[in-house]
Amino acid sequence: MDTILQGFISAMWLITHLNPELTRIILLSLEVSGLALVLATVLALPLGALLALKPFPWRGVWLSLLNTGMGLPPVVVGLFLYLLLSRSGPLGFLALLYTPSAMIIGQAVLSFPIVTSLTHAAIVGVDPVIRLAAQTLGATPFQEAVTVIREARYGVVAAVIAGFGRVSAEVGVVLMVGGNIANYTRVMTTAIALETDKGNFDLGIALGIILLALSLMVNVALRAVQRHGRVPAGVRLWD
Amino acid sequence: MGLTVELAAVAKAYNGNLVLTDCSYTFAAGGDYLLLGDNGSGKSTLFRIAALLEAPDRGQVRYLEGERVLAPDIHLKRRLTLVFPKIGVFSRSVFDNVAYGLKIRRMHKHVIQQKVFKALEEVGLTHKSSQPAATLSSGETMRLGLARALAIAPEVLFLDEPTTHIDKANTRLIEACIRRIRQEGDLTLIIITHDPAQAERLGGRRLLLSKGRIREI
Repeated sequence: MDTILQGFISAMWLITHLNPELTRIILLSLEVSGLALVLATVLALPLGALLALKPFPWRGVWLSLLNTGMGLPPVVVGLFLYLLLSRSGPLGFLALLYTPSAMIIGQAVLSFPIVTSLTHAAIVGVDPVIRLAAQTLGATPFQEAVTVIREARYGVVAAVIAGFGRVSAEVGVVLMVGGNIANYTRVMTTAIALETDKGNFDLGIALGIILLALSLMVNVALRAVQRHGRVPAGVRLWD
Repeated sequence: MGLTVELAAVAKAYNGNLVLTDCSYTFAAGGDYLLLGDNGSGKSTLFRIAALLEAPDRGQVRYLEGERVLAPDIHLKRRLTLVFPKIGVFSRSVFDNVAYGLKIRRMHKHVIQQKVFKALEEVGLTHKSSQPAATLSSGETMRLGLARALAIAPEVLFLDEPTTHIDKANTRLIEACIRRIRQEGDLTLIIITHDPAQAERLGGRRLLLSKGRIREI
């Protein structure tokens, strides 16, 4: 009990005094997860929209694969990415293993199915009369698609936030392809694991508190987005 | 002066059930028509096909400007519109809903503002222009649908049961608006109604869709 209490006290000191090592780890974590999410989103949004709006060959199979991918074990992604990026692997010449770039790719792979699936679900959930209304008012097929995606905007934002939630708390991929190298590839989750192993509970707890705070912020944002999206429909019910 | 809409032997079936068997009729440019028929007689299907939203299984839909047959492309589609009983409200303000058709035609901001307010005034919704459209009552929502259609100044206007599930006050407002459109506008107007009293109030050439065919009554 004393250890935990001491850990908390030290953690508070580290957080309030912004220890440089802690700052570096937090910034790298945000950078890796943020860029991974940008990469995943850039690919996932068009695919999710395409699957939702256009007749697509093997659509059911793609959706099943994406839904399966939502539960992709990070260590499995880490293993495959390690094999691909290792010196003897097919992408070994890129020399990306144990770099932040490899971690970004790994986290992008992890969040891509979530963002795609949830984007697809959000767009499919838009009332078909919206599309029809756009058609009757003279929209081109592209304008029609943009209108439907715009109607699904709250769901799409929620998809991106859910993707961030998935990668920010992840440890398997970043550890396997990043290597947890101090001042280079060490992020919050890998640092917590390492510091716990070493018995440095204060830094571990400090990082844990920050990670939890981050997760809380993501969830608050998600809830706010969902509530905002629901308001008009809710009002309509009282008519 | 509106466009002429020509239906030639239009047929449509859903899951093997023939809804329209052999619909042929010419809606003259600038004409006023009321399409009557029982529920499930295929009125809405006929509207979707006539408004080029759906292709018939057999037969043809042609639009004519004078003698000239118009190609069924986006330019033609932008000269007509259809208002469904469920209009499909965009989750934006009342103003933005009405401005939609003008924005996608890339009109100038000032022109859009002018046309939107004119359309809103026509249906009596000017005071609600900045309100989220989803918060309107069902009667106001239908008036919004009408304003959205009027803003783009269509040459052919299809109204599919414009007063279904709407109270008397809103019905009167919509009917008054329809009468004004007829007087002011040069458009071909085709309205679906299953209410004989409304048909009486609105006037216009009456057509009956029955057993998959159109006939005048």
